[in-house]
Amino acid sequence: MKTSITTALVSIAVVLGLVSSALFTVDQRQNAMVFRLGEITSVKTEPGLYWKLPIIEDVRFYDARIHTVDTEEPERFLTSEKKNVLVDSFIKWRIVDVKQYYISVGGDERRARDRLNKTVNDSLRAEFGKRTVYQVISGERDEIMELMREKVDVDARKIGVEVLDVRLKRVDLTQEISEAVYRRMEAERKRVANELRSTGFAESEKIRADADREREIIIAEAYRDAQQIKGDGDASAAAIYAGAFKKNPDFYSFYKSLEAYKQTFSDKSDILVVEPESPFFKHMK
Amino acid sequence: MAMNDPQWGRKNDGPPDLDEIWRRLNKRFGSFGKKTNGGGSAPGRLPPIGGGIIILIAILVWAASGIYIVDASERGVVFRFGRYLETTQPGPHWHIPWPVDSKEIVNVSEVRTIEVGYRNNARNKVPNEALMLTDDENIVDLQFAVQYVRTNPEEYLFYNREPDIAVKQIAESAIREIVGKSKMDFVLQEGREEIALNARDLMQSVLDRYRTGISVSQVTMQNAQPPDQVQAAFDDAVKAKQDQERQKNEGQAYFNDVVPKARGTAARLSQEAEAYRGRVVAAAEGEASRFVSVLTEYEKAPKVTRERMYIEAMQTVYTNTTKVLVDQKSNSNLLFLPLDRLISGSSSTAGNRAFEMMTDNFSDSNAGGDGQTMGDRTRDAFRVRDRESR
Repeated sequence: MKTSITTALVSIAVVLGLVSSALFTVDQRQNAMVFRLGEITSVKTEPGLYWKLPIIEDVRFYDARIHTVDTEEPERFLTSEKKNVLVDSFIKWRIVDVKQYYISVGGDERRARDRLNKTVNDSLRAEFGKRTVYQVISGERDEIMELMREKVDVDARKIGVEVLDVRLKRVDLTQEISEAVYRRMEAERKRVANELRSTGFAESEKIRADADREREIIIAEAYRDAQQIKGDGDASAAAIYAGAFKKNPDFYSFYKSLEAYKQTFSDKSDILVVEPESPFFKHMK
Repeated sequence: MAMNDPQWGRKNDGPPDLDEIWRRLNKRFGSFGKKTNGGGSAPGRLPPIGGGIIILIAILVWAASGIYIVDASERGVVFRFGRYLETTQPGPHWHIPWPVDSKEIVNVSEVRTIEVGYRNNARNKVPNEALMLTDDENIVDLQFAVQYVRTNPEEYLFYNREPDIAVKQIAESAIREIVGKSKMDFVLQEGREEIALNARDLMQSVLDRYRTGISVSQVTMQNAQPPDQVQAAFDDAVKAKQDQERQKNEGQAYFNDVVPKARGTAARLSQEAEAYRGRVVAAAEGEASRFVSVLTEYEKAPKVTRERMYIEAMQTVYTNTTKVLVDQKSNSNLLFLPLDRLISGSSSTAGNRAFEMMTDNFSDSNAGGDGQTMGDRTRDAFRVRDRESR
């Protein structure tokens, strides 16, 4: 009795052990390959629970998600005008053919990365060599990235990898050229500053001159009008005088003379040296 | 163990843990049986109470390990044998415990921030990330932050190995692409908002292409400046702009000062002219009417009136002035008249002297002697001199 129970338990344990070593799950995010004594027997790309022969078959799992290769140090490339630029790029890739991936790079991610990196570098070098800095930075950036993706993808397929994207992260000038750029920017700002200052001065002068001109004109016109008015006044006064005085010119002359004498000699500082011959003194003799 | 660990599947090679436990459990269970009634859990017989409880507890513990709670900000993603099963909403949940089901929890509400070009503080710059080239081959210094949320937990888990790192890579790439297509002045001044918006859109499109399940909520430009090396020159240019404005304003101020003043002067000239005209005309009218009145009376008795007017006028004249009467015919000698003395004396003490002179005159005229008159004059002159020396 005892032995039979023990036997049963042991056999259950053995069965469970076998079952568990014969079962494996493939995750949503993985691909799996089943090896029978080193030979690939099947590739599991769908997630789920799978059987395998215990002991003689073993399973390897590969991450099927998108990986990134990001170069740590920016690479130097020469553009068509022989300027050095520092380029930092990253590659987005994923395993699409696990079998191919295993065969060509031994399933080793590092080797895959190196391979991709090298391909990208080579084709970047080629593409940059055909273009100017301006084109690389601005004009044809998209184009280069798309071109790179296509080119690298073709090569990557050989190792069972799909390249989703090659993106240029940094495209910078080297230190020496950067310095030159700074100098140029400085000079440019200086130019702008000088221009602003001198146009400011010019504008100011213009406004001032305008003000002066305006002032002169206003005053001159006012003077003209004033003179006209005064002349008017003089004219009408003359007319009035003439109208009255022509009635008896002789008396006017007498009358006016007397007025004038009175006004002319009206101060003690006026000294008259007179002789008694004057009609005024006719009774004095 | 993190689900995104590439090694995580390897453990499934064989679940020896369970085997081990099972075996141990069986062994114990067997030994219990031996002790109590020498029998196992053979079918048809009641299992021993102790063993039964242990089995029950073990099953309960196993089942309880499938309980999990999803927070309000999170979503649970459940896998059955590695295959995606369902996404669970916030609240308590249960899944079949290991090794059948597994779950991952993703926070879908937390806004995460990555900083590009700086760390923690916009002043703490990272030049490698911050300096970038513009379309016109200038270099600008940008600091910006990207805020994102993991909106789609399934995509977030399934398709990318390091989605959060990808955000940063894509952010750098996108902003450089956008800046590379913009002019420096645009980047530094009016275009900051637009560049942030464009970068956001570009980032989102790339993130969607990779199916990261991440959505970028905002790209904020913390700082957009020329590089430190040329900062001084840029500041000066800004100052120059201010100078320009200032000079213009000064010019305008001068204008505003001068022209209204000139208008005022013009108005004064005009008013003065008007006044002159009015005065002259009025004076003319007055004089004319006076003359006409006098004339009317004069014509009634010309001779008498004429004589009267003459004498009156002469009287006024002689009254108001200093005068010297000289009888030239009776004295042919050279006459010395200190006129300058007379003038200065008369102006300094006009009132006093006028009276004196007048009395002199009267006495002169009374005496009637020409020589005496002359002598008096001389004496008068001396008197003036005395007064001055005093």
